[in-house]
Amino acid sequence: MNPGAIVLEARGISRAFPGVQALAGVDLTLRAGEVHALMGQNGAGKSTLIKVLTGLCAPDAGTIKLLNSEVSLHSPQQAQRLGISAVHQESHLLPNLSVAENICAGRYPRRKWLGGIDWPETRRRARELLGRLGIDVDVTQLAGGLSAAVQQLATVARAVAGDARVLILDEPTSSLDADEVQALFRLIRTLRDQGVAILFVTHFLDQVYEVCDRITVLRNGRLVGEYACGKLDARGLVAAMVGRELVEAHKPATHAPAADETPAVLAARGLARRGALEAMDVEMKAGEVLGLAGLLGSGRTELARLLFALDRRDGGEILIDDRAVRLEEPADALRLGLAFCPEDRKQDGIVAELSVRENIVLALQARSGLWKFLARAEQRALADRMVAALGIKTAGIESPIGQLSGGNQQKAIIARWLATQPRVLILDEPTRGVDVAAKQELMAEVLKLAAAGTAVLFISAEIEEVVRVSDRILVLRDRAKAGELPGDAGEDAVYSLIAGGMTAGDA
Amino acid sequence: MRRLAQHALFWPSATLALLLLVNAAFNPSFLAISWRDGHLYGNLIDILNRAAPLMIVSLGMTLVIAIRGLDISVGAVVAIAAAVAALLVGGGFSADGTAASEYPLWFALGAALLAATVCGLWNGVLVVKAGMQPIVATLILMVAGRGVAQLLTGGQIITVYYPPYYVLGSGFLLGVPVALWIAVLLWAVLQWLATRTALGLFIRAIGGNPDAARVAGVRAADIALCVYTFCGLAAGLAGLIISSNVKSADANSAGQLLELDAILAVTLGGTALTGGRFSLAGTVLGALIIQTLTATIYSLGVPPEVNLVVKAALVFAVMLLQSAEFRALLKRTLRPGAGAA
Amino acid sequence: MRRPLLPLAITVALFVAMAIFGGVRYQGFLSLQVFLNLLIDNAFLCVVAVGMTFVILSGGIDLSVGAVIALTTMISAALLHAGWNAWAVMATVLAIGAAFGAVQGFLIQRFGLAPFIVTLAGMFLARGCCYLISTESIPISDATYTAIAQARIPVGFDASLTVGAVIALAVVLGGMRIAHATEFGRTVYAIGGGESAARLMGLPVAATRIRVYLLSGCMAALAGVVMTFYMLSGYSLHAVGLELDAIAAVVIGGTLLAGGVGYVAGTLFGVLILGIIQTLIAFDGTLSSWWTRIVVGVLLLLFCLLQRLFEARTRSKA
Repeated sequence: MNPGAIVLEARGISRAFPGVQALAGVDLTLRAGEVHALMGQNGAGKSTLIKVLTGLCAPDAGTIKLLNSEVSLHSPQQAQRLGISAVHQESHLLPNLSVAENICAGRYPRRKWLGGIDWPETRRRARELLGRLGIDVDVTQLAGGLSAAVQQLATVARAVAGDARVLILDEPTSSLDADEVQALFRLIRTLRDQGVAILFVTHFLDQVYEVCDRITVLRNGRLVGEYACGKLDARGLVAAMVGRELVEAHKPATHAPAADETPAVLAARGLARRGALEAMDVEMKAGEVLGLAGLLGSGRTELARLLFALDRRDGGEILIDDRAVRLEEPADALRLGLAFCPEDRKQDGIVAELSVRENIVLALQARSGLWKFLARAEQRALADRMVAALGIKTAGIESPIGQLSGGNQQKAIIARWLATQPRVLILDEPTRGVDVAAKQELMAEVLKLAAAGTAVLFISAEIEEVVRVSDRILVLRDRAKAGELPGDAGEDAVYSLIAGGMTAGDA
Repeated sequence: MRRLAQHALFWPSATLALLLLVNAAFNPSFLAISWRDGHLYGNLIDILNRAAPLMIVSLGMTLVIAIRGLDISVGAVVAIAAAVAALLVGGGFSADGTAASEYPLWFALGAALLAATVCGLWNGVLVVKAGMQPIVATLILMVAGRGVAQLLTGGQIITVYYPPYYVLGSGFLLGVPVALWIAVLLWAVLQWLATRTALGLFIRAIGGNPDAARVAGVRAADIALCVYTFCGLAAGLAGLIISSNVKSADANSAGQLLELDAILAVTLGGTALTGGRFSLAGTVLGALIIQTLTATIYSLGVPPEVNLVVKAALVFAVMLLQSAEFRALLKRTLRPGAGAA
Repeated sequence: MRRPLLPLAITVALFVAMAIFGGVRYQGFLSLQVFLNLLIDNAFLCVVAVGMTFVILSGGIDLSVGAVIALTTMISAALLHAGWNAWAVMATVLAIGAAFGAVQGFLIQRFGLAPFIVTLAGMFLARGCCYLISTESIPISDATYTAIAQARIPVGFDASLTVGAVIALAVVLGGMRIAHATEFGRTVYAIGGGESAARLMGLPVAATRIRVYLLSGCMAALAGVVMTFYMLSGYSLHAVGLELDAIAAVVIGGTLLAGGVGYVAGTLFGVLILGIIQTLIAFDGTLSSWWTRIVVGVLLLLFCLLQRLFEARTRSKA
């Protein structure tokens, strides 16, 4: 396969769903030996295009040519047989089967004798494949026991095990830390050098420039253009995705962080959970944005869940306004004026069948209790207000929230918590999977809240983001507190705090 | 017409109407209602009376299914409640030859309902506190419960001769069967709770996404516990009515296959087994459909064995119609070239 | 010990404990024939439970098996009375059972219907058909059937097995091989582990699911044939509630009702445990038969709680 030869050519792809035209006349060209980035905001059509290319969804119009012959993809199995492999965002291994089995499932080596599965050969093949990719894992272990990051790498290994010509990676780095991202990139470069055409979907601009050769940008279901990485800088890329220049949100100069003497609204002493978090003290003050920074696995989400009583704590106590309180389940936290926007909005956030209105009023109603039912008119008014304030794009407040795009669902969840007028707002990765423009809107909203007196806990994997908006930064390392920094400390200070304590022997 | 057809209660109502029409076609006096012996009389009244216990159990089952649960032990709970009540009333006679009750009637009935409520609570604890799957948790009581009921009755059928015991199953109040009063009252109370309090919203949230509901601050565990407990209580109530109707308690056969009929009634009424949206009115219609079906088969002179086959066909029909994939297939076949569904 | 084997070990240990208890308490309990009788008297339950194991491993459930067993006995008796050859009858009912299961599987897969409801309707249908054939019991006097029913295969020490028991053992061994060494079996585990993940991996989820129910229907029919040997009659009220016993045997055998975890060998021991409970009660002589139900219920409770503890501990370690 000559590098640069066209492997896959999609022309004029269109697809509509009830109420929305997801794709309209989109072209995509993938070449052998190239890493091609697919970028666009939420709702731009990236997921739909992936589904079309992998046979999960049939296009209403358009043609797909694989190695110059037209194909019609109608199932993932068929797509895989043709050489199109994908690692989807929701891809994960089967937790009840071993790693070796996960890798070889569907293509087991057979014993010559009676045709049964050759297990020793299965394990050998898996070991060899993972070894080639530099992934060190016990192949006989059940996949459920692996960390999410290692599962991700194994999923990619499986995807390439079958001589794929086209490899589609849909946001593969969202749960990986820096080292794991580099390991993935090494793998991607190896595959690229072998002549595989790779389609890489991501939100991270710097990753695009690090590993990709070309970029295709979508906006509102249409093709904006295909560019070579060298010919388009980051600002131009963002402009293409959004359609206009952006100004980054910064703390307004007039915003003053809370003075040291301000009493803490929430104080946690010796908060701990076996296997999840070491004992630590946390303080949150009214009107202050407390940023939580740390690498993947450092305990950020675990801390948030403990504060909101989603998980049971094994040690320590939580004080609100200096008084010990009963905080055993989320309903208690809600009553005390806490709010929690979870990391996984599909799993812990939205109730897909309920309407946008019902999702927004849910927490408020939960706090009011069973008997004090909010009148319909009040609910509608509240929902309308929130939709307007946060710019939620929806066909109406009565449409099922499942129909909204990911970013708008995220906004609705935040609206739900804002409706309770919380004293303490915990935001766990509120901008993950949200496009650039919406990100700015959300951050501006958060800063407004802090200015009005709410204590905000802001968690994000993007340390640069944390540093930008926080008044004070709490740094975690390996499930323990590494230290605290003032908001203007800068990224380097955060990184050295995270790295600090590691001797030469640890690396 | 299209709007009417899309209403959630359309298909259950249409099915019921169809059944009644078939009955009336073969038996013109079927729909006749008259006043006799101080109460309403007629086939329709009979159907309503016999459907009442199923309605009650199904209403309890609706809420359980709505929170993604299931209770297959209701038949066994019916047997337990009947056994407790009949045991405490006893088949005895007093010195002057009139039938008497060993314990005051209110005590016997109360104890039976208490036993049923405890059964429901037991199921709830297993599901909520022990985190068991609902099918498993209620399977345990379904298997062991009948054994317990047989233990209580000593393996015998207890016949009750005490007339006040018969009121629940065969009595009338203002001309309408007592059992029907109880069923309708229960329905009214639940309907009020579902629409005038946050219960309906909470149940739909829990059924739609239990994790998200919990994060949003809904006390999902408490609600689930209450729902299962109520289901047990409803089964106990139904058990008393059934036992009162047959004037006895048979631990072996009381409530046999009742859980299946109840789940069928709930599904016929439009509540999905996957949880979330639910319809109390639909469940009542579903129970009526099942009872009318039995009556129809009987009145048509068709052998009663056909009942099961027809129920099966009905379940298949309803299930297929509720399936989105099937409706899409139907649309494509009935209107070829109408474009992608 | 590897984690998934622990529930199986517990099941086996429980069986051994019960056997020892019986041996200590009752005279003549520890004889080989008593133990072989466990298999002989529950051969049909064993066969149907193996089929149920696969269904439950895939995350589904099959409530129609008891009714299919009864239907099989009915059809067998009716055909034999009409003069059919015994082997032709057996082949026919197996085909009918397989077709019945396949149709259920198709409805479940193609239209996304809940297995609980589809097999519930299947149960109604099968039993209804039984009643349509006859409401009375039909005795079987065919020579081949009676010969098979009376045949005894000696295994030494004055003990013997019936043909039904041998069939049950063969089914268990066959089931173990299918589960462990065939693509079909591994796909069943995969579906139980995560259907969407399995589909994204390109595994043949749709075909496998239909085949799982086909297998269950076929096993139910085979169990019906075994029951016909045992009862020598066709009767609509055969095997009422047997599906629950099958599910209990599978759960006590260590298979998770959620799917994805479990062993066919465990189901064999689950069946043996159900059998030994009844034997213990029979040997006692003073306990009434309904105690069986209570004991089975308690056992189910204990095993399910154990499974929960297990899951909780593995989750906290991960």
